[in-house]
Amino acid sequence: MNEYLQEVRALTMRWVRRLSREKFSMLFTLVQPMLFWLIFFGNLFQRAADAQVTQAPNYISFLAAGVVVMTVLNNGLAGGVDLLFDKENGFLERLMSTPINRTSVVLSRFLFVTTITCLQVLVILGVAWFFGVEAATGLPGIAVILLISMLFGVGLTAISMALAFSVKSHGDFFSVLGFLSLPMIFLSSALVPLQAMPAWMSVLAKFNPMTWAIDAVRPLILSGWAEALPKVGMVVMIMLVFDAVCLYGSARAFRRAMG
Amino acid sequence: MGRAVAIETVKLRKTYGSLTAIDDLTFQVAAGEVFGLLGPNGAGKSTTLRILITLLRPTSGQAIVLGHDVAKEPDTVRRLIGYVPQERAIDRFLTGREHLLLLADLYHLPKDEARRRIPELLKLVDLEDRADLPAKTYSGGMKRKLDIACGLLPNPKVVFLDEPTLGLDVQSRLRIWDYVRQLKARGITIVMTTNYLEEADQLGDRLAIIDGGRIKAMGSPSELKAGLGGDIVSLTIGAADAGRTDALAAALRALPMVRAVNPKPAGLDIRVESSEKALPAVLEASNRVGCRLELVDYHRPRLDDVFVAHTGHAIRSEFPEAEE
Repeated sequence: MNEYLQEVRALTMRWVRRLSREKFSMLFTLVQPMLFWLIFFGNLFQRAADAQVTQAPNYISFLAAGVVVMTVLNNGLAGGVDLLFDKENGFLERLMSTPINRTSVVLSRFLFVTTITCLQVLVILGVAWFFGVEAATGLPGIAVILLISMLFGVGLTAISMALAFSVKSHGDFFSVLGFLSLPMIFLSSALVPLQAMPAWMSVLAKFNPMTWAIDAVRPLILSGWAEALPKVGMVVMIMLVFDAVCLYGSARAFRRAMG
Repeated sequence: MGRAVAIETVKLRKTYGSLTAIDDLTFQVAAGEVFGLLGPNGAGKSTTLRILITLLRPTSGQAIVLGHDVAKEPDTVRRLIGYVPQERAIDRFLTGREHLLLLADLYHLPKDEARRRIPELLKLVDLEDRADLPAKTYSGGMKRKLDIACGLLPNPKVVFLDEPTLGLDVQSRLRIWDYVRQLKARGITIVMTTNYLEEADQLGDRLAIIDGGRIKAMGSPSELKAGLGGDIVSLTIGAADAGRTDALAAALRALPMVRAVNPKPAGLDIRVESSEKALPAVLEASNRVGCRLELVDYHRPRLDDVFVAHTGHAIRSEFPEAEE
């Protein structure tokens, strides 16, 4: 057990070290979601969005939940990229030739991605607060938002890793990623509530786990516990199933790739 | 041989669907020797290596490393071996020292042992000065040296080197050869793949020539050359008469003292019993066919001749341009 902790810690610190050496890219990953989506999109659509439809005092407060979950989505789906590069340049093979528990590499990635995601979610909530969006459920609500983010993030990271272990080249990886991420966003309640969507889109959006996550995060920010709690309970259950399926698929892909 | 066996494989086979990567590979590596797997790209060398280091499971057959079955006790094998993958198995953002520290944790080396070994290894591969710079500032040769230091960190009894000098300039190549000799001098068993004939000839105590997933010949470089017997007569044909090369080859094959004729760029290599006896007949044949020779050269068999004799084709150009 001690050996396992030593492996996971050493491998996680590697990701942290790498990030600290890529300050430029760190800055951009951090700034991108709040800059483009929250600040520009949120303020741009302020007058175009109908408060009757969004059921929110202003569009930016409606959008905040969407941006939080979008960030989880993007971080999660990109979570396997570094393992993909490790696989391509042989570093993964070097790690696998050492007497480590096979899961420690993957676990280190989950820990790292989840931590970064949580930090980013906090930054987004901070920026939203700066624009006058205060979470109706306070600090406990924010803790629950982080919990939902983690649960959703784990499944997404697992999908990303499964993809990283299965694809032939990183070109394929990024095509699939690009193909997945925008429809996931548009076919969810991130930008527009389901009731305001064309019927066929809202049907598709109902099957999107992102919608469930957003519909739980949104009342935590906008309304309060009474409305949020049943939705939180629902999303936690859905996410546990989602994670189980994703982890199972990811474990299979890993075993196939690593022999 | 009388020496302890470090590695033994029995009828090793690996298939991917209908594709057979290696087939019926049976060989032994004695403790302390440098064993070379020589073959062109795609011959099955890397597949063999990756089975031995437990990264691939054989479809059938058995591989034993230091007394442990690679399929049944992979963790034990991993603890005992060092692995130097093909170039660039390096994290560009980590420094040389951080690579070694990371691996020290993964091999669970005791703290004081790691503290002692890491500077020692950095010194061995001449990376002391650059140890604290990120690896992206390293040249190809320096990355390779770091790779080797990483492979030696667990203090292994057997080291596996995958194409140790692929794409390196001549100077770095000589340096790497030097390290391999030093490791051998310390009693470490070395298994290396290569597609450079000269490398195999210089470093290998014993070689297995692999082509199309099978061992075509095995033995020490001198045994392999002696086993071929006779001499090689090498003809260079002028561009004007290039069209008559096939006719000349046919005429030569008809001669009793000629054992084999193999085409080479701008000429033919002829394997004969004795060059002294064969030369007059060879010259006579080329006159008869009307194929003017630009250069005639003869020598004892070299490793490239051995390779051609056993596989029917040349391995590929001996010195490709360095990548970096």
